[in-house]
Amino acid sequence: MLDGPSVAAALKSCGVTHVVWIPDTELGAWNAALSATDGLSLVRVCREGEAFALAAGLWLGGRKPIVAVQCTGFFEAGDALRNVLFDMKIPLFMIVGVRSYYAHQQGATPDTCPVFTEPIVSAWQIPYAVLDNRSSPDDLANAYRHCQAEQRARAVLIAE
Amino acid sequence: MPMTQRQALEVLLHHRTNRVVITTMSSAGIWPQLSDTPLDFTYIPSAMGHGPSLGLGLALAQPDRGVIVVNGDGCQLMSLGNLVTTAHHPANLFVIILDNGHYEVTGGQPHAGAGHVDYAAIARGAGVQRVYSFTTLADWVAGASTALANPGPVVIHLLVDALMGQKTPKPPRLMAEQIRRLREALGVA
Repeated sequence: MLDGPSVAAALKSCGVTHVVWIPDTELGAWNAALSATDGLSLVRVCREGEAFALAAGLWLGGRKPIVAVQCTGFFEAGDALRNVLFDMKIPLFMIVGVRSYYAHQQGATPDTCPVFTEPIVSAWQIPYAVLDNRSSPDDLANAYRHCQAEQRARAVLIAE
Repeated sequence: MPMTQRQALEVLLHHRTNRVVITTMSSAGIWPQLSDTPLDFTYIPSAMGHGPSLGLGLALAQPDRGVIVVNGDGCQLMSLGNLVTTAHHPANLFVIILDNGHYEVTGGQPHAGAGHVDYAAIARGAGVQRVYSFTTLADWVAGASTALANPGPVVIHLLVDALMGQKTPKPPRLMAEQIRRLREALGVA
């Protein structure tokens, strides 16, 4: 179970310094915990492409940022993530909310977000894991640590 | 009469002190001829419009250092929201918008905002408290010291000449080398 306090604690335990984000309904529930965690700064941006560039600047300056966005914004941010991940080769960790993931599995939604999220993350050559309602904060922390150990960008997709 | 981009950047050179200078697009072709230290970061290859966001992240990470981003007007139009983000997260960031009404690095085509966008008004409307606009070299020379004084965030609009037939500038060194130099200079490598 991933909730705000457990996610904030997991990120803090990993040494993450900044969460650069635009929340969706699910990620938004983490707002209070992320905002209240000492040593963790929540950086609100206006569009997801900004999030990637801003996180890159934080990393250049010696911080340990992650990006947290919904898949819709991830789609929008393609050029920015291409630049940050492949031109600049920054090992950025991303949390991507997948809208309608469960409903799609049940054939109960016309939402095309779940159709395209995993193929597009794969197309960007980003290793990823899906975290669902059986996942724990340790799964999130382990994915982040894997990203840092490999020094390669990585994503977790949050089933919504 | 508007100033040339080179003239605008020569004035900046005298006032940048020890701040990081991030250049994009046309300015990235000129600035390395004026300054090529590890604190000069040529944002090429870039993500279009995201120079100010890169600079804001760096300024938040290095609050005592200060970061100057030289952005084109076409680039700024691609991500106007970053002015709102900049206002929301105060940092020692200075965004200079070189306004020539054109996409210069593609040879010189007018963009959608040519001649009718008030960048200073947009920056103020976004919530940036310190905003300056200079339309002549003499005014920029006279006002640069004040405009570039700490603290940020600051947005500076400069009306400059458009250069037609330009080629896309090349960075003075590969991105990996630029990153290594910058992080070493900042003491975070």
